[in-house]
Amino acid sequence: MSGEQPILEVRDLKVWFPLRRSIKEILARAPVRYVHAVDGISFDVFEGETFCLVGESGCGKTTTGKAILRLVDIYSGSVRYRPTQLTLQELEAHGVSNEDGWVDIAKIHPKKMKPLRKELQIVYQDPYGSLDPRFRVKDTLEEPLIIHGIGETPEEREELIVKALEDVKLVPPEDIMQRYPHQLSGGQRQRVAFARAVILNPRLVVTDEPVSMLDVSIRAEILELMNELQKTRRLTYIFITHDLAVARYVCNRIAVMYLGKIVEIAEARELIDEPLHPYTKALVAAIPEPDPSNKEKLREVPIKGEVPSAAEIPPGCRFHPRCVAFEEQRERLKDLCPVKEPPLIEVKPGHYVACWLHR
Amino acid sequence: MPLLEVKNLKTYFFTLGGVVKAVDNVSLTLERGEVLGIAGESGCGKSTLAWSILGLVPPPGRIVSGSIVFDGIDITKLSEQELRSKIRWKRISMVFQGAMNALTPVFTVEMQLSEPLIIHKGMTKKEAREEVARLLRMVGLDETIMKRYPHELSGGQKQRVVIAMALALDPDLVIADEPTTALDVVIQAQILNLMKELQWKKKRSIILITHDLSIIAELADRVAIMYAGKIVEMGPSSEIFTNPQHPYTQLLLKAIPRLRGPIEKLAYIPGTPPDLRIPPPGCRFAPRCPFAMDVCRKDEPEMVKVGENHYVACWLTQKGR
Repeated sequence: MSGEQPILEVRDLKVWFPLRRSIKEILARAPVRYVHAVDGISFDVFEGETFCLVGESGCGKTTTGKAILRLVDIYSGSVRYRPTQLTLQELEAHGVSNEDGWVDIAKIHPKKMKPLRKELQIVYQDPYGSLDPRFRVKDTLEEPLIIHGIGETPEEREELIVKALEDVKLVPPEDIMQRYPHQLSGGQRQRVAFARAVILNPRLVVTDEPVSMLDVSIRAEILELMNELQKTRRLTYIFITHDLAVARYVCNRIAVMYLGKIVEIAEARELIDEPLHPYTKALVAAIPEPDPSNKEKLREVPIKGEVPSAAEIPPGCRFHPRCVAFEEQRERLKDLCPVKEPPLIEVKPGHYVACWLHR
Repeated sequence: MPLLEVKNLKTYFFTLGGVVKAVDNVSLTLERGEVLGIAGESGCGKSTLAWSILGLVPPPGRIVSGSIVFDGIDITKLSEQELRSKIRWKRISMVFQGAMNALTPVFTVEMQLSEPLIIHKGMTKKEAREEVARLLRMVGLDETIMKRYPHELSGGQKQRVVIAMALALDPDLVIADEPTTALDVVIQAQILNLMKELQWKKKRSIILITHDLSIIAELADRVAIMYAGKIVEMGPSSEIFTNPQHPYTQLLLKAIPRLRGPIEKLAYIPGTPPDLRIPPPGCRFAPRCPFAMDVCRKDEPEMVKVGENHYVACWLTQKGR
């Protein structure tokens, strides 16, 4: 899959949220302080792949996903995306210029994003919160069609809705269409959320923890649906999750995030079997597995303390206060880890890591 | 004599829409020092079972029939007054789901932890403070934390406080309802380690309720699998994980994504759990079961012994034997 060309190039993306200043700070003209939710990350997403962002809560994975869709304001950096010819023309009509077929989402005015919205979609974590309780399934699915002027008559739109529902295996569509969200199970709701995402024929779908609110018994069902949609509709996914075990089943490549930075990117199997960054190692070690012999031993998770606040990021490598490797080799590393931020470098083909141990 | 013996327990919710049979004819025993894991999907009745044992079933629910004998006392026969003064927290305590919401935001950790000590043990404030410090150290927290309010603590710290609270009166039985569900994986691993260490130091009886079989594997000696208000399989941990007999257990185990080994296709269970107001006749899992036979849709299977301490309610195993 990585032989394909990139569809999205993120370079040094920063999403900073300003903190509210106290009256004292305003009077003293103190500079605005920011929460560095996403603090300079770069990666490529190839066409047709599933690219995974993994990390703990607060690491900036969801904010990254939202920034790609321009649902949050981008502080700096670029999010270059390659739309289809048709969308490019539409964008040009809106006065958005392109460079050899690439547009920079970070620079487009949010009001001019509309043509791109067809190609970029999102599925949220909570199927109980993401569907309007007063909309029937049909209304939920018809809305994007009306907004984007697809299907001229109600009949035409209904045809598209039926097709989308069939694609996500909600049958019979005629019956499902008339239902309200409360009349659907969690798994069915998430299917509706996917139907809504794919009805406009998008190319890139950001899925933000799409299975973590669902019971184990139906998780696999949704993951399989994602795979099928990817094949039939030629989708590219950005899959956001905190669960490496789930990531292993659906993703081609995984990027691990910590406090707004990507610390490691590699092919999924390689990242889990041979993690290089100390944080990735801790994450892998922490995952429980259904093996009754685990009861006899403590799980060794090589990490200290807890995640610091994103408003007060440690200097140097932001992981060093929790890093066991740094603790062990403090003498050798004392001029590096606490001082300089490690760059993300390719240590093996396709395997990137940001750690002074792997220079 | 086992510490806890639940017999034919039925806890129903009498709603306007009908009677929801949340716990329907459940029997189980728990020995002293044993960790029993109860697993099942959301809505299978596992939390209701826990509330029943504490006598905390919220209205419109109530225990309809059956007995819960704890150390020789039938809890279902006690008045609320007696439950409060004799059983709840002193002998049976609970770690609630979602530590974020289990603590009162307007009290400091010290106030919350010392309250049961002052009320139940009659300690003075000063004695209670020392005991709170000891409890906090026991769960791996710094004692200075006692002056803080819950919003000043991280999720992992709050969960440790909640565990300290459950252990404050040194109860015989601790019920842990999804103790790590809202936590990040690293914190989850730390909390599970803490629970293991506490269990090794002092053998308590624990009922661990979760939807996540991987967490049960970390702690439980014995496992009960619940489906639609009933226990469908129960046995020693090693048996359930390596030799599951009920199709539901087998599918649940195959549905868990693993971190190691070959990537096999994940199994899933088509359909949804039944409406507990009108459960299907016969075996409740039959409508979703890939092996359902005619008898499954007509008659309910009994729990039968299939191995050492291993019981299954399924017509397949009964036919085969």
